Amino acid sequence: MRLRGLLVGTVTAALALSMTACGDKGNDAGTNPPVNTEAKFDEGTTMATLQKAGKVTIGTKFDQPLFGLKGLDGKPAGFDVEIGKLIAAKLGISADKIEWVETPSKIREEVIEQGKVDFVVATYTINAKRKERISFAGPYYEAGQDLMVKKDSDIAGPEALKAANAKVCSVTGSTPAEKIKEYVDPANVVLFDVYSKCADALRTGQVQAVTTDNVILLGLIDASKGEFKLVGKPFTKEPYGIGIKKGDTKFCEFIHKTLTDSPAEYEKAWKDTAGKVSPETPKLPTLATCS
Amino acid sequence: MNVIFENFALYRDGFFKTLLICAYAMVGSLVLGTILAGFRVSPVPPLRWIGTSWVNVFRNCPLTVVLFFCAFGLPEVGINGAYFWFSITALVLYTAAFVCEAVRSGINSVPAGQAEAARAVGLTFGQSLTTIILPQAIRTVVPPLGSVIIAMIKNSAIVGAFGVGGELFAVSDTLTGSRGEAALPVLTGIVIAYLLITLPAGAFLGWLERKVAIAR
Amino acid sequence: MSASVLYDVPGPRAKRRVMLFSVLALVGLLAGLYVVYRQLDKQNQFDADKWSPLFDPTDDSFELVWARIGEGMANTLMAAALAVVFSLVIGTLLAVTRVTSAPWYRWIVVGFIELLRGIPVVIAIFFVARVLPEFGVSLEPMWYLVIGLTLYNSVVIAEIVRAGINSLPKGQREAAESLGLTRGQVLRLVLLPQAFRAMLPALISQLVVILKDTSLGFIISYEETVRVAGQIVQNLSNPIQTYLLIAVIFIVVNYALSRFAIYVERRLSQGKKAAKTDEGAAVVHADDLAGAGATNVG
Repeated sequence: MRLRGLLVGTVTAALALSMTACGDKGNDAGTNPPVNTEAKFDEGTTMATLQKAGKVTIGTKFDQPLFGLKGLDGKPAGFDVEIGKLIAAKLGISADKIEWVETPSKIREEVIEQGKVDFVVATYTINAKRKERISFAGPYYEAGQDLMVKKDSDIAGPEALKAANAKVCSVTGSTPAEKIKEYVDPANVVLFDVYSKCADALRTGQVQAVTTDNVILLGLIDASKGEFKLVGKPFTKEPYGIGIKKGDTKFCEFIHKTLTDSPAEYEKAWKDTAGKVSPETPKLPTLATCS
Repeated sequence: MNVIFENFALYRDGFFKTLLICAYAMVGSLVLGTILAGFRVSPVPPLRWIGTSWVNVFRNCPLTVVLFFCAFGLPEVGINGAYFWFSITALVLYTAAFVCEAVRSGINSVPAGQAEAARAVGLTFGQSLTTIILPQAIRTVVPPLGSVIIAMIKNSAIVGAFGVGGELFAVSDTLTGSRGEAALPVLTGIVIAYLLITLPAGAFLGWLERKVAIAR
Repeated sequence: MSASVLYDVPGPRAKRRVMLFSVLALVGLLAGLYVVYRQLDKQNQFDADKWSPLFDPTDDSFELVWARIGEGMANTLMAAALAVVFSLVIGTLLAVTRVTSAPWYRWIVVGFIELLRGIPVVIAIFFVARVLPEFGVSLEPMWYLVIGLTLYNSVVIAEIVRAGINSLPKGQREAAESLGLTRGQVLRLVLLPQAFRAMLPALISQLVVILKDTSLGFIISYEETVRVAGQIVQNLSNPIQTYLLIAVIFIVVNYALSRFAIYVERRLSQGKKAAKTDEGAAVVHADDLAGAGATNVG
């Protein structure tokens, strides 16, 4: 890996130099929550291990605007990232000691099982199938699957899609992509790797609707400068949880305590990220029992 | 391995979809590639430039980028259609560059005397190309063309990431992604499905090669 | 046979006709380009805010964007370089052992080669990245990409090496054997050095294939050039412009590599002529090999 580092270094060094000269671009949407240096944990718990190591590896998405998106500065930013920073801070780990690992939907269970990450915050819907392999803390947010259409479209809900023979766009291997097949012919479901491509396809008329969790759609609507609108009838409940190793009840309880103890940080995390496009700040949902 | 049997219909449909994509793309790229090869040896300079630039652009660009421009660039210039056809377009544009080079090297392998004789009896460029040179060139280009086509079949695996649902690779994505199946059995099934296409294609090619081989 | 053999030196009428066709082709081309331009303009694709972060050094994002592209290119080159080295080593081993070993071993190698040649590279990469972890082998994404690319390219290179060895005049092996060299020595001292020379152009062409194939790393979220472009697009919403830039970068680098391959090929065949070997045979084979590399769409 040293060789690789060297190569990356030499190619980017000159650019990086001028970059620092250019000054802070202020791309860092999130501010860092206060680090709890006094935290004390029982010997042998995940918290104690992480605290002792002084660093933590967190899985998030790198291509999900508002929740986890790698910015031009190479750092991920978004609501999930802020939640990750908050948990790390309560472990006594500052934001610069966090190693972010990209965890696209299909590898999330894997990386947790293999211990490649300490936990995953990545628009991760809690469901029974996933619980067979890992445990969830949370939910820390509740989204719902919705539809995004062009401003002048008269599609009023998922039921209207079939009649309009509409093509619907979503992301490969995602839950919304499977769910929408209950409403439309699978041949009319168009899948890409990221939602921004769906937005392009909607703009050029290749598809008539985009479906995923409402809050992700809000981000796309914001970026469209008024070209798109949200149908506004969520037809599923998507409680987002924090993925941890199966059966790590103590870590789960710690995360729950962190979430309930920090309403101010939670609100700020939201307002700095997804709150920029979502009119109202959500309340922390009722947390599930750790098991 | 149960996952393959439980989802046999998915696999079967994916197999035929991949086969269909490949069939269309094969015909398209053979036709376009041969036309481009004609361009490259034509007496009209702009046609030669088009042929040469085509080859240099598409042979040196990753197929993912070509696919991107077909799936997202074409709608931008007002061409709407199914992603199925966009991806076939991309495969054709890309593969045609390789077909063109294979055919051109075939044209170059036809002894010069053939073309000279054709000219001597008064055939035009078009006539000598289509009736004298290409029929002979095609025989020598069967082996390279065959490897181009087999490579194209394998390249078709990435169209699943560009809005084409239901082909083999997209099937593996659905099963290991949203359905959360273990990767090994799912992917073993996909590998077998591809081998079911590429191995017979390779065997057929070997047979064809022997059949059309000419001693020179 | 050069192209000019196909048509007579144009007389006055033919010249006029060529001129007419040229004008028609050019007008057609320009008309096509204009239509594309107008359509793109209608979709606001020529707005400055879509282009300036990529091309205008005074833009706020310019340096950040190029730092990321530089990072992506470094990752691309790194993965490609490693894949080339590993493929070369493993490919040569496969080819050499196939030439020298017992029949049962040859069958295994041939089976292995045929199997891997029949699988799409992207599936090989995906397979490695998803299945190795199930067996507890956990690596950085780059290594999955490198292993996937190596699996595929080593068998291609094995075939190139084998063709290279087979292209050598029989006398070379016979002379070496009659000197009392062992099989291994014949290969190592006499055949391989000559084979590599003949293979060089094909090997360079294969490098182009590998460079392009690193872009398949997007499937396992390795941050190579094309994936970084994807992330930039998410920030700047300018997919057409960014991918255009990436396409140009790839085309320029790979075109330079192809020209280099042709240059090497010329140098080699000149050397051959000067050395007055079995000229025809050697040159023809070098061509065949270059062809094999060039037609490898991989």
